[in-house]
Amino acid sequence: MGTILSDALLVAGRDLRIEARSRVVLDQVVPFSVLVLVLFGFALDADHHTLRTFAPGLFWVAVLLSALLAVQRSTALDRADGTDTALRMSGLSPASLFLGRAAAVYVQVVALQVVLVGGLLVFYGVDVEDPLLLVVAGLVAGVAVAAAGTLYGALASGLGVRETLLPILLLPVLAPVLIGATRAYEDALGSAAVDGWAWTGLLAVAALVLTVVGASAHGALVED
Amino acid sequence: MGTTTAAGLGQRDTTGSPRSRLLGAVTLLAVAVLGVLAFVLTDPDVRIHPTTGEEFGQFDAMRLLYVHVPLVVMAYLAYGLCAVASVGVLVKKTPWWDVTAHASAEVGTVFCGLVLVTGSIWGRPVWNTWWEWGDVRLMSTLVLFLMFTGYLALRRTTDDPRRQARRAAVVALVAVLDIPLVNRSVEWWENRTLHQRSTLGELKIEDLTLFTLFFGFVTAGLVLGWLLLHRFRVGWLEQAAFDHGVAAAIAERHAESDEAEVRRAVGERTAEEGPADQGGFTGGETGS
Amino acid sequence: MLVVELRAAVALLGRFPALSGVDLTVGAGETVLIRGPNGAGKTTLLRLCAGLVRPESGTVTVLGHDLGDGTGRRSVRRRVALLGHGAALYDDLTVVENLRFWARAAGLAAGSGPDGVDDRVGGALDRLAVPDRLVNQRASTLSEGQRRRVALAALVVRRPDLWLMDEPHAGLDQTGRDVVDGLVVEAVAAGGTVVVSSHELERVAALSPRVVTLAGGRVVDGPAGGPVGGGTG
Repeated sequence: MGTILSDALLVAGRDLRIEARSRVVLDQVVPFSVLVLVLFGFALDADHHTLRTFAPGLFWVAVLLSALLAVQRSTALDRADGTDTALRMSGLSPASLFLGRAAAVYVQVVALQVVLVGGLLVFYGVDVEDPLLLVVAGLVAGVAVAAAGTLYGALASGLGVRETLLPILLLPVLAPVLIGATRAYEDALGSAAVDGWAWTGLLAVAALVLTVVGASAHGALVED
Repeated sequence: MGTTTAAGLGQRDTTGSPRSRLLGAVTLLAVAVLGVLAFVLTDPDVRIHPTTGEEFGQFDAMRLLYVHVPLVVMAYLAYGLCAVASVGVLVKKTPWWDVTAHASAEVGTVFCGLVLVTGSIWGRPVWNTWWEWGDVRLMSTLVLFLMFTGYLALRRTTDDPRRQARRAAVVALVAVLDIPLVNRSVEWWENRTLHQRSTLGELKIEDLTLFTLFFGFVTAGLVLGWLLLHRFRVGWLEQAAFDHGVAAAIAERHAESDEAEVRRAVGERTAEEGPADQGGFTGGETGS
Repeated sequence: MLVVELRAAVALLGRFPALSGVDLTVGAGETVLIRGPNGAGKTTLLRLCAGLVRPESGTVTVLGHDLGDGTGRRSVRRRVALLGHGAALYDDLTVVENLRFWARAAGLAAGSGPDGVDDRVGGALDRLAVPDRLVNQRASTLSEGQRRRVALAALVVRRPDLWLMDEPHAGLDQTGRDVVDGLVVEAVAAGGTVVVSSHELERVAALSPRVVTLAGGRVVDGPAGGPVGGGTG
């Protein structure tokens, strides 16, 4: 167990260091996520009231779409130059590889959320009524997104058509996360009278299930 | 289906057999009988309101339930079978489980699509809408349908059958584990469901109604079994074709190494030794 | 003692039988050259011995592990070094960061000490004569030959029991080639076993008394082929 966690840290450190140097997520995915928010504004006729009402849902759709790109970037790291073969030869366990990659994707998804919350405040004019709920729900939902994304990213990698297959595999699985996180944000942003903490509980269950399934199923995907 | 000839792949080059043909005939007959029972012989659901005396109920729309409800059960049954077979793929790693998982997922998705279509048609007159977002079972079924659409898309991609079997098994298991979460989230979302908790409880229960519904289950079960059987056999033939193809390719590889390649390989070696063999070497190459 | 033992081994690439029934034994301390035309199955043979490819039929035993079994394949991978077509370097990490990552991934403890990452990585860099100025450069700035050298250094760090080298001389200059040859000699002297696939027949023939010819996915040594020297034991 200790080895799994320290190996996971090793992998996460590698991915985050590569991102810190290459800035693919920062230069491309973050602007994309803000762009999605702006596009929703155009599509919904730039009415502050409408945008405020729908802000939680639009926020999470933007998170999911951007997370797809972050996951694709993460899996692309280990396809070039024989690194996938070298990883299989290395002795790293599939579980630690999964947890490490997922942790790095998680950090990026949380960073995306921070930027997008800023976007909500500036472009949509939302008011945060329960900051703690906003933070906790975002952090918990991020785990579910990163875990499912990493599992399906590994699953779709190595297929010629992975770029098109990943969304149709991943997004239905994240449907309960989208629903739950949107409700929690509706509570936190005061746009609907729901119990956001109960929804956060559901998100926690989803995060746990997807992380455990991901860590145990990853071996079946990378082995031959 | 055609007749069985002992050519090609071994024992079987068709998915039909005398027993499956009998099953098919019984199934088609049952479908016809169900049609007559559901759409002709049973009465429409018309009830009289106890105080106002107005007529209400589902009227003719209720006839669709004789088809819809059994289809739901069979779709979930097929997906359940797929989940069990997927565990088998990951644990036992034999082709039998993989073919079963693939067959049940495909047939289950056909059933699931029919469930959504019949449900939508039924909902138009009864709920006054084609689609109801807040309904738990409707949304869960849709998400399940979408997940298995992805599953079948994955099934059509890679050409390495074993890796594909494992990937597909993971997708099926994640889908099945995810469904309780979908269910719970939609249930909390609107906290209501248009589906009657017990559809039968509110209907006028007549003997014929109950029998027709029962017969609907039998018929849907027969259709499921019949389609699964044939789909499984198609998968099994594909496996046989794969093994056959590998055996043929190995024979081809051997022929390759027996003739031209060996001559070339040995020629290469002798070519280094003397000019006399140089001609043989190039000759061997142009001749291959 | 046999390090590699293949009996009628068949391996598939998708649906294609890249290996169509290979019989091959390699003893401890032996150096074997695998040669054959393109598409003969050389690369797949090395990947099969490395535990990366599941044998479709036949038996494959490497370093005492049965590779028909997933556990056997996992165990053997840790003890084998495979020099493949890619250098397995992350472009955005420096040379030393790459080497440290692969060393840690192989289970070496961080820090210095005889079996620590720092000492092993430093030793491997010296052994492959990687110039100091390159050590802290990003891998993306290296030439092809420099990448191959760093890839070899990453494998030297692991001190494998069995070396599998797929075209190790490709893309290397004269000094690089000499370094590779030195590595092979050294590995064998240290009790290791080396299987090399190469087109550079003369160069490898000097190192390897035994040549195995592969064609059509199996060993086809004709009258002139087979073990030239050494045996299988």
